Amino acid sequence: MNTLQQIRFIWKPLVFVVCLIPAALVVTDALELTGGLGANPVEAILDRFGNWALRFIMIALAVTPLRRVSGWNWPSRFRRMLGLFTFFYALMHFLTWFILDRDRSMSEVVEDLAERPFITLGFIAVLLLTALAITSFSTLRRRMGKRWQTLHNAAYVIAILGVWHYWWQVKKDITEPLIYAAILSALLGIRIVWRLKKRTKRALTPVRPAA
Amino acid sequence: MLIRKAADIRPSEITSERNYLNRRDFMRAGAIAGGTLLTSGAMSAVVPDTRLAKLANVSKSAHSTNEAPNSFEDISTYNNFYEFGLNKDDPFENAQDFRTRPWTIEVDGHAEKTGTFDFDDFVKPFDLEERIYRMRCVEAWSMVIPWVGISLADVVKHFKPSSKAQYVAFETLNDREQMPGVRGRALDWPYREGLTIAEATNPLPILAVGIYGNVIPNQNGAPIRLVVPWKYGFKGIKSIVKISFTSRRPKTSWNMAIPGEYGFYANVNPEVNHPRWSQARERRIGAGLFASKQETLMFNGYGEQVAHLYKDLNLRRNY
Repeated sequence: MNTLQQIRFIWKPLVFVVCLIPAALVVTDALELTGGLGANPVEAILDRFGNWALRFIMIALAVTPLRRVSGWNWPSRFRRMLGLFTFFYALMHFLTWFILDRDRSMSEVVEDLAERPFITLGFIAVLLLTALAITSFSTLRRRMGKRWQTLHNAAYVIAILGVWHYWWQVKKDITEPLIYAAILSALLGIRIVWRLKKRTKRALTPVRPAA
Repeated sequence: MLIRKAADIRPSEITSERNYLNRRDFMRAGAIAGGTLLTSGAMSAVVPDTRLAKLANVSKSAHSTNEAPNSFEDISTYNNFYEFGLNKDDPFENAQDFRTRPWTIEVDGHAEKTGTFDFDDFVKPFDLEERIYRMRCVEAWSMVIPWVGISLADVVKHFKPSSKAQYVAFETLNDREQMPGVRGRALDWPYREGLTIAEATNPLPILAVGIYGNVIPNQNGAPIRLVVPWKYGFKGIKSIVKISFTSRRPKTSWNMAIPGEYGFYANVNPEVNHPRWSQARERRIGAGLFASKQETLMFNGYGEQVAHLYKDLNLRRNY
């Protein structure tokens, strides 16, 4: 088996199963097979899915820096799967909110979206993630050409919206949102530094005088 | 408005002791029961200095609701007590070794009787009552809790406040050594709360020293905490070490921290939303994963007893 086949038939299925563990634990905890969800299970499920959505987008955004720093190419093979798991956990977070927390009440949802900005931010992030998930198929990617990359740069916006949504929601203690914000700043900061370096390099390259 | 009174059901009939004591506390309670037999002759305090020991001479109250109380496990593991950490299960984890004796309560300000009182002497003059109250947290969840406590109105009258005393202010212990949360700066310590003198002398508020007929668990505010059932839970200041009779409105912790979100009054009010979430409905803890939220009642359903206190007050502005 060559490296590509190893990634495809061994590592990808393995990573897929590992990525599903947090969701499986929510189910087994709800059934009290492994621990439990505590006195307020709806809040616990909401928090867990939301936290995992944030963790997955951070991991997905770490792929490119990891590749550049290490020189390995294999991490980029997992980027789409990590992005789709971000979508999966964000969608579960949204569905938990809609079905269990808001009791499927459209009027409550509309009121929340209109009056509570942190919910509006989260909702926009889920909509953008949906667009990225739908356009994640290879055939669509090829057909969209350059516009695909433009659309998928929305991943940065989604990450910022996600952290902002969390920050705005907490009652007082911002330690955890601050940790996410710090990680995200590093992941976005390193990209800005690289871009600036590239630009300076280009500017410093001597231009040959016209003959 | 429907106000249910006079519970005829004893909490022990609703939830068996074995069910409501969680495992860790259950084993401790068992060890205590054994120990109590040996030392019972020596115990004279109204509230025993023993974790979760049974309280004697507790009378029932007409103010109790007949709604089913939450399990002891829910009440004692899902707590907001920032001195012991910011997550709901932190107080249970971090308050187990909290020392609640010796404990003194300082009483000062505009009153005839002031001074520093030992906890036992402070509690002794008053009758222990069971009060089963709804508790509505500002975070839009609620519980029903079978408190045991003493009437705050009786306590206030006992210290004979002067006419200058317009407010009663409370302070929580501020102990960096025992309280890991105090080392962080989530709030400006010590935790502070306050009531108007009219609120404090209303028959409903109590200083609670027990839950489910036993000594109150540390994580719920041992040895003594305030319970004001028509206000959001954060008014119920825990582990009180100081009570002051003041002429000016005292500073209160959550109001100091985020004045736009938490007011001095903090009356439960389904019509005035928190800036970031609705207060119209609440999640009853223990109702189950798929249970719908229930309507939040004005003054948490205690309007008949307290609405008159606010008849000249704009409740939208004075949240």
